Order: sequence, then structure tokens, then C-alpha cells
Amino acid sequence: MDFRTDRQRVQGLGSAKEGTGHWWSQRLTSIALIPLTLLFIFPFARALGGDFEAVRALYGNPFHAIVAILFIIATAIHLQQGLQVVIEDYVHSKAVLPAALIASAALCWALGLTGVFAVAKIAFAA
Amino acid sequence: MADVNRGARPLSPHLTIYRPQINSAMSIFHRITGVGLTLGFLLGVWWFLGLAGRPERFRIVDDFLTGWFGGLILILSMVALWYHFFNGIRHLINDAGYFLEREDVQNTSIAVLAGTGLMAVITLVVALTGG
Repeated sequence: MDFRTDRQRVQGLGSAKEGTGHWWSQRLTSIALIPLTLLFIFPFARALGGDFEAVRALYGNPFHAIVAILFIIATAIHLQQGLQVVIEDYVHSKAVLPAALIASAALCWALGLTGVFAVAKIAFAA
Repeated sequence: MADVNRGARPLSPHLTIYRPQINSAMSIFHRITGVGLTLGFLLGVWWFLGLAGRPERFRIVDDFLTGWFGGLILILSMVALWYHFFNGIRHLINDAGYFLEREDVQNTSIAVLAGTGLMAVITLVVALTGG
């Protein structure tokens, strides 16, 4: 027997009133990643397996360094947003949900900032 | 009055008895490739971290990522990236309200698969002819 009123039963289970902002922000990172992916992927594919000095010279070039940094930042944000949506859809445990959201966000930020640091270190050393 | 059937109501869509369709398959693969690309991103960041270090360090990372195992993961990530790229563009176009009819969905889905295949081959050729 549930002694709570109908209102008590549903309170807090509705929309958090911020879904549109998240949705729109995800579209923005998607759009940003269209040119960034096209600019980033081919020099990166070419550089893989390359000679250390030659690859350092490539990412010592400001254009390629900036493209790489923008690509990494946009990817980290987009990945965090995407993982959040997937986790919210499939994880229903009230204990696991916040833990999964925090862990995935921490991973995305750590990867993104590590990547930016690495490219910046290469670019500034050139 | 409270709903007496709470929790026992059928949920839509009934995935277990649904006939697979190209639009649901494209949507599921969009999520799978998106989640899977976490690994590709991690490996890419690891490569840049190696490049930021000493040459010996870079050689270890780069040899792993161009070896059979690391290379296989990177090639799968690359195909997943192009799929997510083209299907993402398709979703953006759908968000804008275009190509939502059944034939349009099927045709644009096929275009996504064709684009993925084409760009995957081009990227592989660029990677193999590079350094």
C-alpha cells in the first residue's frame, strides 16, 4: 500500500527543464566536428608510423597544431555529451547512474586536456 | 486515482518482436560507433602524448598503433568515425526537417554507408602511403 499522494509519487521524476540546452549544445559540437574531422584525419593518418622528427615538424606547424587542439576539444565535449545521453538511457540504478555520469565526464575531460597539453607542448617546442 | 497497473504496462517499441529496419539499425550503429570511438580517442591522445615525449617513447606507442593489434583497432575506429560522421550529418539534416519520408530515410542511409566505405578506403590509402 502506497500512502503517498499522487503528487508526492511523481514529484522530481519529470523533466529537468534543461534538455533543449543539452540537445542544442550537442548539435553545435557535431557541426564543429564536420570541418575539424576533415582537416584533422588525413594528416594524422599520414603521420601514423612516421619518423619522429618529421611528425614533430608536422604538429609544430601552427595550422596543424590548432586543428588538432580544436578537434580534441570538440571531440572531448561531444563524447561527454554523447556518453551522457547513452548512460541516461540505459542505466536505471539510482546508485550507478551518477557514478557512471561522473566517471564518463572525468574520462572525457582527462583525455581532452591531456591531448591539448600534448599538442601544445609539441607546438611550443617547435 | 492512482494507476493500478503501474509497472506492468507494455512499453513501446516492442524491440523483441520488431522486424529489423534500416532506420533502427542505423540509429543503433550510431550509438555503438559513438561509444566505441571512446577507445579510438583514447589511443589518439596516447599517441600525441608519446609524440610530446622522447623519440624512444614515441617509437613504442607508434609501433604498437601501427602493429597488427593496434592497427586493427585504429582501422575499426577509423571506419566507425566515418560512419558516425556521415550518419551524424544525416541526423543533422533530419533535425532540420528534411529527408524524413520512408524512401528518403532508406536512400540517405545507403548514401551514409557508401560514403563510409569510400572515405574508409581513401583514409586507409593515405595512411598506408604516408610515413
